[in-house]
Order: sequence, then structure tokens, then C-alpha cells
Amino acid sequence: MRRTIAVVSAGLRQPSSTRMLADRLADAARRELEQLGAEVDVEVIELRDHAHDLVNNLLAGYPSEELKRVHETVAGADALIAVTPTFSASFNGFFKMFVEVLDDTALVDKPVLVAATGGTGRHSLVLEHALRPVFTYLHAVVVPTAVFAAPEDWGAGDTAESSLVHRIDRAAGELAREVDRRDKPTHTDPFDNPTPFAHLLGAE
Amino acid sequence: MQFGIFGVGDVVRDPVTGRMPSEHERIKAVLEYAKLAEDVGLDVFAIGEHHNPPFFPSSPTTLLGHVAARTDRIVLSTSTTLITTNDPVKIAEDYAMLQHLADGRVDLMMGRGNTGPVYPWFGQDIRNGIALAVENYDLLRRLWREEVVDWQGKFRTPLQSFTSTPRPLDGVPPFVWHGSIRSPEIAEQAAYYGDGFLHNNLLWPKEHVQRMVGLYRRRFEHYGHGPADQAIVGLGAQVFMRKNSQDALRDFHPYFDNSAAYGHGPSLEETMKRTALLVGSPQEVIDRTLAFREYAGGDYQRQLFNVDGIGVPRKTVLEQIEMLGEVVQVLRKEFAVGRPAHVPDAPTHASLKAAATEGK
Repeated sequence: MRRTIAVVSAGLRQPSSTRMLADRLADAARRELEQLGAEVDVEVIELRDHAHDLVNNLLAGYPSEELKRVHETVAGADALIAVTPTFSASFNGFFKMFVEVLDDTALVDKPVLVAATGGTGRHSLVLEHALRPVFTYLHAVVVPTAVFAAPEDWGAGDTAESSLVHRIDRAAGELAREVDRRDKPTHTDPFDNPTPFAHLLGAE
Repeated sequence: MQFGIFGVGDVVRDPVTGRMPSEHERIKAVLEYAKLAEDVGLDVFAIGEHHNPPFFPSSPTTLLGHVAARTDRIVLSTSTTLITTNDPVKIAEDYAMLQHLADGRVDLMMGRGNTGPVYPWFGQDIRNGIALAVENYDLLRRLWREEVVDWQGKFRTPLQSFTSTPRPLDGVPPFVWHGSIRSPEIAEQAAYYGDGFLHNNLLWPKEHVQRMVGLYRRRFEHYGHGPADQAIVGLGAQVFMRKNSQDALRDFHPYFDNSAAYGHGPSLEETMKRTALLVGSPQEVIDRTLAFREYAGGDYQRQLFNVDGIGVPRKTVLEQIEMLGEVVQVLRKEFAVGRPAHVPDAPTHASLKAAATEGK
């Protein structure tokens, strides 16, 4: 089956270690899914490219044409990899804006891998305290392993069980298995199938 | 086809002069706009309903009753009447009364209202918005159509042996439009009853308007009121005109940039591209308006223009209405070209009365 992984990176600079982590996770997820027999497309979304559109979406209530395509990519994907830098002990504003403008049903039952970068490993629980609850609230299926990359992780070897490479592989494996046991996401359009009025009249 | 103006009666500072009008000035100015709209040949004047600042129209039938006494021809309508937080019994009474005062020149547009706290202020809950619109409107229809009503529902006190007075003029209830920017349920409601559906065509992009109107037309046919192209569709637009389009853009920019609805988001140019905000020369406004048919599923029945709001001063609004009078003369001619004979006009008291007599 053909599968799509949407990858959202909220890094601000280029090059960005957040994007680097996102790419490592995407590669690993692709490999794991291919091992399960899927053909995989990866769609990377750099939120920086949509910065002004995100603000405009919040203010106007509707997305620009370009941002609308991003919404559709995320909603239609089989899985989402969401990566943010840690700012002031949480996800950055960009990242939260993106989550806020998504349709509130876009992530229902969607496998999501959360990941973050930060200036020190002492921030790593941002994943558990900030990211995981937001996606749980949106009824996404957040895989158990969340991946945090501190500066020292980029200079560490890959032999230890706790190394970044191992954590990436474990998380990607969990994501691939969640995708594999699901059908492709379906989208019910209320304009195609409106609730019949008799039902609305009788609705409690 | 009907053309008119609609507004929501906001009381806000003119960002160009810094001048803040009083509520009294604004109320008096809006009466003047209604009278001028009739004088320049427009067909409809509609005012919204709000129960929170900066808006003054908490009591639309009082205002429209006054307009009725000062005009002879123009149809009085609302943009919108809150079907959620008003008691449907009071709507039935107030608008039947207005209908008598105005000799039938009345219709109204139902809306839910999106100001959260207004619901609890009137004893309701915004989360019941759709359910309130459905139940209240169903009762309203019965109050106008049945002499004696026994009724029980979820949101108001039950009624036993209730008669809403005055009875609708000539036994013909006012025609009802339903307005909604986003909710397919409201397009469905309008279709179910064979009522009109009006999209304000503003604030959300035209592809979305197309989907809402498309759903309404399709379901209108589904419920057996006639083919989809005979459904009763209205559209809004916002207009600011100068002789030259550059002058229009220059003069409108400060109002747009400082407005509560538009300011600091997508640019004026982007908003013009995606919504029915029409800023330019009269000819540009004519061309853009004629093109609404491309996404409204073809010919439609009512076109309302917003000219008053976001701090535009009285003198400018009066100029806009004068220009609109000329623009509408052209639009009438152009919209009539190639309009299929089976596409109906918007119902009026006279046409509904004739249909009722025929039905008997």
C-alpha cells in the first residue's frame, strides 16, 4: 500500500537542528514502513515558509491557498512526525499556531511521533509535558517513544542503547507499526453528506 | 433581482479623522441611509441585530418600524435576526407587527450570532447554537401559520392554546432567509423549508461560499421545492467606490487596516481577491458583482451590499449609496441578460399572497 508521512518542522533557522532531527526521523520511518511492505512518500512542511500565513489564518479564520494545501497534506497523511525546538520550556509559537489552525478532526486516530530539540537535555520532558497532551487532546495516537535531541546527542556514538540513533529507530518502528495496522485515513465531508434535517429536528 | 444594502450598525472611530461618532449620530445616520437607498432605487434595506458594543441595533423592529413610516417601496429586512437567543414567540409577534406597519414590505434573515457571552446573557449556551436555531425556527413557523399553538420543546416554556398576535398580514408570513458563513446545517435548514439562503460572501473565501450555496441548492431540490436553479439565493458584498480604482484603494486602506474584522491579517489586496470585498471604480464593482454567478450556481435573487461600517464617515457612506444607485441600474440590465425565464424572483409579500390565493 502507498503511505504518506507528513513531517512538520518548526525550526526557525536554516540550517536547523530541528529539521535535521525531522529528516532523521522521516528516513527511519520510511525504512521501517518499507520493511513492512509499504511504498512511502514523505512530505516535509517547514512552518517557517508559512509564518505569515499562520498568523493570517488565525486572524481571518481561513487559510491562504498555500496553507490550505498544507492542511490537506497533514489531514490526508497516514502519519505525522511533529518536531519543534524548545522555547521557554515548551513548543515554540509557530508550532502551536500550526496546531491551532488545523481542523479539529484532522488528527483523529492518526499515528503521531513527537520530537523536539533543545539547548540542554534538561528540557527533554517538554515532550511529555507539552507536546503529548496537545496531540492526545486532538485524539491523535501518539507513539510511546518521543525523541528529544540535545546538542551533545549530535556528537555521541550510536552504540549505547540510549543513543539518539537508537531512540529514533525505536520511535520510527512504533510509528510504522501503528500505520501498518490502519487503513488509509478517510475524510467525511459534511458538504457531501449533510446531516438530514429530520435528524436535526429530532436531535437531542 | 433585488439589490440593497445591509449593515450591522457598529459605532467605531473614523481612523482617518480620529473622530468617534455618538450612538445617537450613528442611529440617525443609518435612518438616512435607508431613506436614501429607497430614493436611489434600491430594493432592500437590512440591519443586523447585536446585544453588545460596539453595535447599536439591539432592537431592529423599532428601527425598521421607523424606516417603514418614512419610506414607501423599499423592503425591510435583517442581517441577521438572532434565532438562537431571542424568544421565537417575540420574533413572531414583533415581525408580524412590523409587517402590518410596513404593509407587507418585510422579510427577515435568521442567524445564530457568534458572540459567546450573548448566549448566557439571554439564558442560553452557544454550544446549543444549531439546536436552538432548529427548534426556535420550527416554532416560529408554526406561530405564524397556526392560529392556536400547543407546543413543547427543549429550550423554552411549553405553550398551550397560544395565539401569536397580530396575525401575519393577509395570513401570509414574512419570507425568511437563513444566513450562515460556515455551517452546512443552516444551508440544510433553509433547503428543508424551501426558504431563502443568503451568504454574506465576506470574511470567508469564495470557494467556501460556493460549497455552502451548492449544498443549499442541491438539498432544496432534494426536498422537492423545485430544481436547484430555482432555489432562492442571496449574496452579500462590501463596497467602496471612487471614480478611479487607485483613489478607492488609497481611501479605503485606512478603514480596512484598522478594522476589527480585517485589520492586521491578510492584506486588502489578498482579501479582495478571495472574498466579495469590492474596492475600486464603479465599473470594477459591476464586473466583480456579475461574476458572483460563477460560484453561486448561476442566477440568483438578492444582492446586498455593505457600505456602512468600520468607521467610514456619514458623508462618504451617502456618496457610496448614491453611486450604488447608478451601479445597480447597470447591474439590473446586465443580470437580466440571458437569465432563464424559469429562475424565479425573490418572494415578496405580493407574490406570496398571490400564491396563497391560488393555492386556495
